[in-house]
Amino acid sequence: MLHLLWLIPALPLAGFLILATLGKRMPRKMVPVFGAGSVGLSAIVAILIAFNFLTSTPPGNSYTQVLWTWMDVGGFHPQIAFYLDALSLVMVLVVTFVGFLIHFYSAEFMEEDEGYSRFFAYMNLFVASMCTLLLGSNLLLLFLGWEGVGLCSYLLIGFWYRDPVNGLAARKAFIVTRVGDTAMTLGLFLLFDKLGTLNIQELMHRALVQWPVGSTLPVLAGLLLLGGAVGKSAQLPLQTWLPDAMAGPTPTSALIHAATMVTAGVYLIARTHVLYSIAPQAQLAVAVVGVATLTLAGFSAITQSDIKRVLAYSTVSQIGYMFLALGVGAWSAAIFHFMTHAFFKALLFLAAGVIIESLHHEHSIFKMGGLRKEMPVAFWTFLAAGCSLAGLPLITAGFYSKGLIIWGAWSSTRGSGALWFFAVFGVLLTSLYTFRLIFLVFFGEMKTQIHKRPGFRMLMPCVVLAILSVVGGFVDTPEFLGNIHSFTDFLHLALPPVTEGPLRGMSELGSESLVTLAFLIGLYIAYLFFIRKRELAEAITTPAIAKALHRFWYSDWGMDWLYERVFVRPVMWIARVDKNDFIDYIYSGMALITELFYHGVRKTETGRMRWYAAGIAAGSIIFLAIVLFL
Amino acid sequence: MEVVFYIAAIVAIASTVLAITRLNAVHALLYLIVSLLSVAVVFFVLGAPFIAALEVIIYAGAIMVLFVFVVMMLNLGKKATEMERQLQRGSMWVGPSILALILIAEVAYLVAGPGTAVYGAAAIEPKQVGIALFGPYLIGVELASMLLLGALVGAYHLGRRTPEKTEK
Amino acid sequence: MASIPMQQGLLLAGILFAVGLAGLLVRRNVIFMLMSLEIMLNAAGLAFVVAGARWGQADGQIVFLFILTMAAAEVSVGLALVLRIYRRFKTLDADAVSEMRG
Repeated sequence: MLHLLWLIPALPLAGFLILATLGKRMPRKMVPVFGAGSVGLSAIVAILIAFNFLTSTPPGNSYTQVLWTWMDVGGFHPQIAFYLDALSLVMVLVVTFVGFLIHFYSAEFMEEDEGYSRFFAYMNLFVASMCTLLLGSNLLLLFLGWEGVGLCSYLLIGFWYRDPVNGLAARKAFIVTRVGDTAMTLGLFLLFDKLGTLNIQELMHRALVQWPVGSTLPVLAGLLLLGGAVGKSAQLPLQTWLPDAMAGPTPTSALIHAATMVTAGVYLIARTHVLYSIAPQAQLAVAVVGVATLTLAGFSAITQSDIKRVLAYSTVSQIGYMFLALGVGAWSAAIFHFMTHAFFKALLFLAAGVIIESLHHEHSIFKMGGLRKEMPVAFWTFLAAGCSLAGLPLITAGFYSKGLIIWGAWSSTRGSGALWFFAVFGVLLTSLYTFRLIFLVFFGEMKTQIHKRPGFRMLMPCVVLAILSVVGGFVDTPEFLGNIHSFTDFLHLALPPVTEGPLRGMSELGSESLVTLAFLIGLYIAYLFFIRKRELAEAITTPAIAKALHRFWYSDWGMDWLYERVFVRPVMWIARVDKNDFIDYIYSGMALITELFYHGVRKTETGRMRWYAAGIAAGSIIFLAIVLFL
Repeated sequence: MEVVFYIAAIVAIASTVLAITRLNAVHALLYLIVSLLSVAVVFFVLGAPFIAALEVIIYAGAIMVLFVFVVMMLNLGKKATEMERQLQRGSMWVGPSILALILIAEVAYLVAGPGTAVYGAAAIEPKQVGIALFGPYLIGVELASMLLLGALVGAYHLGRRTPEKTEK
Repeated sequence: MASIPMQQGLLLAGILFAVGLAGLLVRRNVIFMLMSLEIMLNAAGLAFVVAGARWGQADGQIVFLFILTMAAAEVSVGLALVLRIYRRFKTLDADAVSEMRG
């Protein structure tokens, strides 16, 4: 059964090829059959493989399927090979399953769009690339998938390319992630140069043997890989592309820019966790990046007015939690949060898509309101996902996964009080912006009339994801709540457990209680400002300093402003000054000399046979003379 | 027999020089045939009777006859001789003659190296040639036949009298 | 058979070749150029036969045979071209046929 592994990326790839070549010619009804069907089959294969993996775990808790050798140059022979272990299995399951639901949803969402088959082709290519990324047994194949998802992200952000704003957003996403990818490429060069292989398992083994803990090389390699992860996962300081990426169709935002692709960085670091375990400084950097991002993005999310941008900042913030988990060595907690986040964040976007679609493509939350009665399915599913995101205690998945991370930040040997504090503060912010969003959109009076109602194909995935957002957390619960560890135990086949330090005066129950408290405070503030006393919210934003702060947060801490001045404008200035590239003179000079020679030699081309014969004769005589007399 | 060689050599050189200087094509061809015949004599002296026979039959016979046919087909006559006189000018001989003299000097220098090996040439019978030709050189023979076939087709194609569309 | 120094045979070949070369370069009539070519080919063949006789081997004569074959092929195609040129340009002046200049 495990040998069907190659089908997981191959099926969506086949779907892509069919849609890319025949999509324009096939009837519209057939497009989702291929588009969603290929991903659905892929999900079924993934589930079968997962079942097989669980019932009869292969030796070494991993399975490698070598398809062929990619290239063989000078001792460098990466293979097209897929590596399946607990980590990649969980990721692939989530990607294909959530991916299928979103494809199913898109079948109705995109139905009116003229780029129907193009959309599904891109989406299928994305799923294929993502599975390649997750299953690749060497870093080069992983990088292939990595760039593949980057390409699809670019194509889908700029999907409605007729609007130049979308094209700009796509370019921004591509260029900003390119910064991270460059760092990652350098990291790959470094690893191959020093360790002589890119096969991940072999690489980790050699790193462990050759490099002492804390030496320069692993730290450098870890930081370079972190650079790639930061770019792809939209973490500080490269997070600026993600909010703009919301220009793409909403299912794209759900699949690529919330549930799966942006967590590729998390996967990369979890995949190379051995490297980080021997590079504590790099791991600390991961934690710091995570905590800084989750806090700053939380503040930004509070001020946004576009429903999708709120969700985008919340994605950045939630991935910050995952980075924090990675940074403190709570590997399985990061993957747990990845899974639950994929469920509830995909659902939030899908539900947001339903709302936007119903309200004449209205994005501003201040123009929504009172939809609770009008759109009960959207309301209840959005509420379930929102509660999960904010971490409503006891019944939602987000509570358990986030609690695990926060407890890890406290209890791990690599955690600290400061990390824990910011993580808990992040819960407050999350709760605040989530309920602000819910209260503004679903409560109060209606401001925009409903224009059309979503059909079954859009609501079904929402309901499934809503159920998962609630029950998805019960696979792993803390000690005082059932003490179930099935998910963590499963992941420990591939990832090491948290190394817990000495207890520092607080139990897990205490940590969870404070998390709950933070959640309740956030909820109360949101309730106070957006339901009870709207005038209070206005009162607090009237002073000049509050306005400035609001603007500052609204523009994502002025990051875009800063980058515009520090990077974009100087580069544009240099480009303008050096329009006639001075290095070009060398090449045009070479061309000029060649042309001169041409004009000279052209004179000898007389078309007269005797002239040519004389040339040949003289040449032979001269060469004979050289042979004879020299 | 040495005398025969030298006489034949002198005749060959003289008739060749005459052949390339004639203005009338038929005269030139006749001198060329004389030259080829004397080279055939040289072959015979050198102990290659088979090659001598081929030289007479194919070169002096077939190939030269081909030239004669073409000259006849073109029907050049007196006018062509006049043309030739106009085309050839004395000064044109200077460059090529210098080149040719340098070439002769180089060959002479090359040949007059140390070790003037004199050989008592034993005749190589046609039988030996035949055995070698159809033994180690068989592929060469096949290739030569293909070359001839190609030449046959090519000559036929080029020599065909077609209504030329590109005629000026 | 005569005992002639190889040098003299080769010298004869060289002289004939040089004369043929001079003819090729001087004459403007295409027929004469072809004849000069024949002279040069024949001289080259002579050099092979001389060398073959020097070593008492049949190989020199075989190469002459191949040269003969080539000369025949070349002449037949060459003369066909001469006919073509004459028909088209009404002249045999090789310098007049210089349409392929750069």
